[in-house]
Amino acid sequence: MRFPFGQPVTRRLLLGGSALLGGVQVVRLALGAASAQPHGLGHGAVPAVSRQSVAPSAAHVAHGGMMTVGEVDAARNGFDPHTILTSWDTGEVIWDGKGHLCREFVVEASDKDVEIAPGIIFPAWTYNGRIPGPTIRAMEGEQVRIIFRNRGSHPHSMHFHGIHSARMDGVPGAGDVLPGGEFVYEFEAKPFGCHLYHCHTVPLKRHIHKGLYGTFIVDPDPARHPEHEAAARSRLLGTPENRGWQEFVMVMNGFDTNFDDENEVYAVNTVAHAYSRRPIVIDRARPVRVYLVNVTEFDPLNSLHLHGNFFDYYDSGTTLTPTLKTVDIITQCQGQRGILEFTFKDHEPGHYMFHAHQSEFVELGWMSMFDVRGEIA
Amino acid sequence: MTTRRTILAVVTPLLLIVAVAVAFLTVDPLRSLTGAAPPIEQVTVERHVLDGDGIALLVRVGGTAPVRIAQVQVDGAYWTFAQEPPGELGNLSSAWLRIPYPWVLGETHHFAFITRTGLAFEHTIDVAVATPDTNSLGVLGLVGLFVGIVPVALGMLFYPALRAGGTRSFGFALALTIGLLGFLLVDTLQEALELAADAAPGLHGAAMVWLVAALAFVLLLAVGRRKGGEIGGFALATSIALGIGLHNLGEGLAIGSAFATGAAALGTFLVLGFTLHNVTEGIGIVAPLVQERPRWPVFIGLAALAGLPAVVGIWLGSYAFSPHWAALALAVGAGAILQVIVEVGGLLMRRSATQGTSWASAPAVLGVVLGVAVMYGTALLVQA
Ligand SMILES: [Cu+2]
Repeated sequence: MRFPFGQPVTRRLLLGGSALLGGVQVVRLALGAASAQPHGLGHGAVPAVSRQSVAPSAAHVAHGGMMTVGEVDAARNGFDPHTILTSWDTGEVIWDGKGHLCREFVVEASDKDVEIAPGIIFPAWTYNGRIPGPTIRAMEGEQVRIIFRNRGSHPHSMHFHGIHSARMDGVPGAGDVLPGGEFVYEFEAKPFGCHLYHCHTVPLKRHIHKGLYGTFIVDPDPARHPEHEAAARSRLLGTPENRGWQEFVMVMNGFDTNFDDENEVYAVNTVAHAYSRRPIVIDRARPVRVYLVNVTEFDPLNSLHLHGNFFDYYDSGTTLTPTLKTVDIITQCQGQRGILEFTFKDHEPGHYMFHAHQSEFVELGWMSMFDVRGEIA
Repeated sequence: MTTRRTILAVVTPLLLIVAVAVAFLTVDPLRSLTGAAPPIEQVTVERHVLDGDGIALLVRVGGTAPVRIAQVQVDGAYWTFAQEPPGELGNLSSAWLRIPYPWVLGETHHFAFITRTGLAFEHTIDVAVATPDTNSLGVLGLVGLFVGIVPVALGMLFYPALRAGGTRSFGFALALTIGLLGFLLVDTLQEALELAADAAPGLHGAAMVWLVAALAFVLLLAVGRRKGGEIGGFALATSIALGIGLHNLGEGLAIGSAFATGAAALGTFLVLGFTLHNVTEGIGIVAPLVQERPRWPVFIGLAALAGLPAVVGIWLGSYAFSPHWAALALAVGAGAILQVIVEVGGLLMRRSATQGTSWASAPAVLGVVLGVAVMYGTALLVQA
């Protein structure tokens, strides 16, 4: 975000002001006063302000006034960023009619007003009425079928990052769906990893930043990775090993509310400050895995920095050994994504921040917190 | 019978106007054109106060629907704020936004107000300085005296010289006055229009400036001539002092607000230039008195009338400044100045008629040109 300077100082104001300050000096000289500071206000006035208007939890004290005001109505939005963190859409397993098992998903695009920060209503385009869209999760090698219906006012598509044929690419001419229309995308879920999908209808920037994107997770099939079977089992949703982890999906996004091609609001999973107002509760005994996706429009990069801890990183999630070990910042280009793994088991309980390490994004809403607890009832 | 018919003739069109408006609002024939278009919104900052509690901004909104300020960004960061009164703001209503922001002395701060519809309205404080508190009332008043009273009084000291010069210098002094007033008229109107441009768009500031100036001109002309005929002598001097006083009120407002908004650069030289610039005003005021024998309290009264408004202006400007009020004051000043130009011009022409000379004599033309030139030249001094 950049703001141009306001109205220029008019000649009259400069003139008047100069005259005045000159006058003050003259008068002071005349009165024999020597003080150089006319108002006794030191450099950098730090306001002794009451902050009682903000709820006094530890999380809130941490922001020091740098915070949006008010609450977002999750019921009106129809989704809550806290639910999005852990809600997996695994579709429905059906016979596809050709004698094969198939995982089938239904996704509908629609126009919807979404409150992206307290009191700020964004005229969004959504998949299944939420931003980000449903987190579609399947296992490596499974046949996937996505029935896509366009209930919106513009043509849309679903372009998956994955291995598939050109016919299934969800670009103009291949799976672009007119309002009221329907298309069925079919492909094998591969490669395993943390991927994304988004609308690829032109104009691209508008269709993406209006809210048409989501996470596409392909869990590794342990049988195909005997050398890293334990790691693969911990990634595969539903296994006992996987249940030992605390998994979250986090989509870094931004919103250009006045359509000047710069974002007014930055967030994880859409709502500014959602996880600093109400931190994400973590059981320190169990390891944490974050599926992190960057879809931020207009800015070339976004990032995540974890406080008081380091993590292992799996770029695109397509490997079972880390591609980066022991880092505390990861930077992603638009469309880039990966998996973060870390643990708080040796930490004392408390609030641990995580946020973009671009201060600009932090100050415009991309600020979050983990509430690490010793015991979770 | 005729009265009833007259009443009917007035009431019928009025009723029809109301009926048309009601019909238009109910049928809403433009619905298909405006469709789902979001409401038009405007947010203008009229004043700000910087103190130990942070920053307070007086905002005025305009729009086709009530405006709700959802969030406030300071220097690109969402910041907590409290709005008084809270809630939605109707067209042209205003509210204070109090932001506990640690502002930095001497630096620039940017603001953006994000409304419910996602529009961002921006405002900049160019140079952050603490808003003067009541402790500085005295110092500000002294500065007002320095730029208002002192130059006018100094200019009046030319009175004996004008008298000594006789009738020729009288005509010259009147012409000089017209020149200086001409400069002030242009300057005042220009500043009024600049301020009007800073006011909330819904107030139609520029139209207001022209209308108020015209109205002030006509009213003052009528009041001045209420006893019939043109004015001269003491009455004319009073009119000139009043016009210049209103100009100086606007000047004071600008100086005061410049102090409050921190739009100021330092310079003793500049205030001296400013004083010099206003000295000519004193000559103008006493010019019509050359053929009278006024006592000294008259001079004091005239100096006060022309100079004291600068003090009032500075006080108002630093504590209660709003661009539309300042534009209004300057517009009245412009009307008043135009009125005295007309009166002084009339006096000059009557004099030349009785003397049987052309009103466009060499001394008269020279006087007008010199009046404008001196004002312009000294304005260059304070511009540096
Ligand atoms: Cu689209």
